[in-house]
Order: sequence, then structure tokens, then C-alpha cells
Amino acid sequence: MSTFAPAPGRAPMRAILSSQIRMELLLTARRGEAVVLAMGVPLLVLLGAGLFDVTNLPTGDRLGYVVPGVLALTVMSTAFTGQAITTGYERSYGVLKRLGASPLTRPGLLLAKTAAIAVQIVVQILVLALVGLAVGWRPEAGAVLPALGVTVLAIAGYSGLALLLASVLKPETTTGAATLIYVVMLSVGGIMFGAPDLGVAGWFLLPLAAHAEALRETLMHGGPVPVGVWLALAAWAIVWPALAARKFRWE
Amino acid sequence: MAGLMVGGDAAAVEVRDVVVRYGDTTAVGGVSLCLPRGRVLALLGHNGAGKTSLLQVCEGFRRPDGGEARVLGLDPVGDHDALMPRLGIMLQAGGVYPWATAGEILRLFASFAANPLDTDMLLDRLGLRKFERTRFRRLSGGEQQRLSLAVALVGRPELVFLDEPTAGMDTEARHTTWQLIEELRADGVSVLLTTHLLDEAERLADDVVILRAGRVAATGTPAELTSAAAIEVLELRAGPGLDLTGLGARWTAAETTPGQYAISGALDTAGLAEVLAWFASAGADVTAVNTRRRTLEDVYLSLTTPTPVGAAQ
Repeated sequence: MSTFAPAPGRAPMRAILSSQIRMELLLTARRGEAVVLAMGVPLLVLLGAGLFDVTNLPTGDRLGYVVPGVLALTVMSTAFTGQAITTGYERSYGVLKRLGASPLTRPGLLLAKTAAIAVQIVVQILVLALVGLAVGWRPEAGAVLPALGVTVLAIAGYSGLALLLASVLKPETTTGAATLIYVVMLSVGGIMFGAPDLGVAGWFLLPLAAHAEALRETLMHGGPVPVGVWLALAAWAIVWPALAARKFRWE
Repeated sequence: MAGLMVGGDAAAVEVRDVVVRYGDTTAVGGVSLCLPRGRVLALLGHNGAGKTSLLQVCEGFRRPDGGEARVLGLDPVGDHDALMPRLGIMLQAGGVYPWATAGEILRLFASFAANPLDTDMLLDRLGLRKFERTRFRRLSGGEQQRLSLAVALVGRPELVFLDEPTAGMDTEARHTTWQLIEELRADGVSVLLTTHLLDEAERLADDVVILRAGRVAATGTPAELTSAAAIEVLELRAGPGLDLTGLGARWTAAETTPGQYAISGALDTAGLAEVLAWFASAGADVTAVNTRRRTLEDVYLSLTTPTPVGAAQ
């Protein structure tokens, strides 16, 4: 009997990636706080601020104002907050190191994580949009493509900052910093109530405000994305991933 | 030190003059070793002797600050992606999702391999079947170690790196693991393991490399290391008060307690015969004879601690 006779080899990359993506999604679903952050908070904001006069909004169309903001918030919570916290802990547990030293490989692991984030965001946006439609949200359909474009830029920028934080900070500090940034962005990002207008500079500082503004312009008014928003989100999508690529640590 | 294997397949592991530094500290100060295919090599040493650092170089987690490592003929850093499917790696701790269950983790790594082992068989063999649905963080240290071992083996690797494979295991699990490693060797898998357990090295290893402060203190088979001094001490019981000067210069003899003699020196077969003949010629009535050989522990301690322990009689 030779149970352990060597027969090494890598499974097809597609099979490897799909089982890793499944594991990432399974573990996300299993972490209660991640689910609350990803779905609970956005739903609460959507229904609370969208349906009731609990906050002052610069418009009478409460759902028209709140739903695009909530979509932007969800993208941030998954691509930035959730990802920073998870990656920080996975690094400290040695998971990144171990998986990078498996047939999955490091690029494979990054690809799987990115795909898992994308799957989550698509599901979240669909659920929130459907809930919004069910309670009376009536978006403009004409400018969906630019809305998707700024969303992709936002995801890239958030992911870059998340991976950067997880690489340079301890996991506890990463969690604290990511949560703090989430709360600050939520407060001044113009999601639940009209934010102070900081002009174009504000969009560079607060990508959530920029993203939310772009989604409102497109989905609420059917208009174009302001040039300043394109520039701000493009800057985020270039600077943070570039820094993360330089600083990223596997262990 | 075994030399480069010429022709045929490259050695499983070939390390030449490897240096690893952490800031000003030199963890590995120029180590060379060779693990031929299908053999088990144990890196033996105290904590901090450089075992794990050396292993990390072989696993491609660290680029050496000097020297070179070749694993299955490849560069562990540069050929990382080509090498990984052929290796089984067991880290000293961690490396898996704390929130995933033992079964999920093992099946994940199995799904990475072209010809994985049967995961149920592995769980059974390592006594983990009843923990299949237990999350990793709820497992005991020894159970986590066994799962890490299963993860290292599931892809049918041709070479495995085991960092302190039985640390934290109870006696039963340790013996199970030893049997498994012996089976790996019998099936042609090359094994490089670190340990500070002498019985583990003595039982499992074809070759032992003793590391001390980042350097090779001794190397050889367990038998070579222990038999280098053959019989070290001959103890005899006879009448008290014998004048031992007649034994001459080839032996050191002492009456440790009245009637109890300890002789060291030339104690090969001819030497033993001469010593006994001298006692007979002295008219002594020898009532007990005992020989003491050096154990791997004596060798290890004499090499790794400042005062040679074997000298005390």
C-alpha cells in the first residue's frame, strides 16, 4: 500500500479560484459584524432616512436622494471597511502567507479576493435597489453606465486603501482606523442629510461624498457625472492601489 | 556534508552557505546541508538555533542574505509558483482561517491539487473526523497541528517541510504522526523536519543536522552521531581498594564508590578484553559489568551547551 506516493500537481486554475472565492464568501457570511456592516446599516439608513422626515435633505424626493447615497455607502463598507479588517486579521493569522504558498499562488489569492468583493457588492446593490424600488424609489435609467463607471473607480480606490492599511498597521489598529473612517465618511458624506459643500476639494477628501453625488446626478437627475468627481475618484483609484502594491505584505 | 548530486534528479533540498539576518542579529550563519530524495532529514536544535529561519528560506518565504537554496532543483523564491504544488508545508502555527471548520479547510486545500488524497481518509488517519465540523479556533493546539499536517499532505507532495510537527501533541497523537512520517518515507516522499525532540530525530531521521547558534554543530545519521565514541564508560563491580595504576595510560580509571570502578578510554572490543584481563590478573572478583554508550542526547547536549555533559562520571 502506498497511500502517500507522490503525485503532485496543480488543479485547473479555474477550479482553484472558484473554491477560494466560495471560501471567502462563506467566511464573510459567517461573520456577523460583516453582514451587519454590509447589509444592516445600509438597509436601516435607506428605510429610515428614505421614508421618514428624520433628517433635513436639500430635496423633497427623499428616496431619490437617499438611495444613491446608500448604494455608495455599501460599496465603501464592503470594498474598504470590510476588506481592511478581514485582510488585517488574515495577515496576522498567517492565512495570507499560507495560501500564497499553496498552488493558489499570490496573484490567484488577490484575484479571488477581488472577485469575492465584486460578487458581494453586486448582490448588495441588487438587494438594496430592489428594496428601494419596492418602497417607491424611481431612478432615471438613462445614465446607468457612468454610474457604473464611477462605482468601479470607487471600488479600486477603496480596495487600495484597505490593503494599504492592512499592510502597514496592526490588525486591531486597522479595525479601529477603518471603522473610524467609515463613521466619518458616513457623517459628512451626504448620505442621510445634506453635507456641507466643500466644493471640488471635498470630493478629493471624501470619496463617499463624491461617489454619492455622482450616483445622485445620474440616477436622480439622469445627468452626467461632474468632472470633479471623475477626477477625484480616478485619483483615489490610482494613488491607493499604487501605494498598496508597493507596501503590501503577505506576513 | 553531502556534496552536490551530479546527474539524475536534483536533490530534494540543497542548501549552500545560507545566511539569514534579522537586522544586526544573524539567525543562520552559513549553513550547508543536503536532503537526498526519499529521505528524512531532521534539523535539531534549541529554540533560536536557526531551524525555522532555515526552513523559511527553503519554503521561499525568505530570500537568504547569503548563500543559496535549491529545492527540487528550483529556486524557492524565483520559481515559487512552479514549486508550490510539489511541496507540502506545515507551518509552526496558524496559516488557516480561524472561522472555517477543519473539514472546510482540508477540502479547500484538496481542491487546489490535481490528485488530492481522500480527505475523509486523512481526517480518519489523524483522528480529526469528529472535529470535521469544528471551527479551527475551537480546536486544541495538538488538533490544529494535526490539521496543519493533513493540509501539508493532501496534495500528494513529493517533498514536505514540517516545522516542529509534533509540538503540542499528546503522546498518542505524536506516535500517530511518527507512523505517518515513516509511511511518507516508505512511499518515497522526502521530508525535512525541525524538532528539538531527540527521540523524534532518532526515530524518524535518516540524517540529523544539529544546529547551534545558526551554525551546523554536527551532522550524520543518528547511528553515526551516537557511535562516534563507541562505548564511552565501562563500569565494574569488584572488591574495593584495587590499585588501578597498573591499567596504564590508555585508560582513565577511578573507584567512584568503594568496589565500584569506572573506566573510560580505549573501549573497543580488544580494549574491553584487556581491561577485563587486567582485573583477572589483579585477582579481582568481578561481579557486575555495565557499559554506557553515548546517546544522541549526550551528543546533542555536549554540542549545544557550553559544558560537556558526557565528561561527568
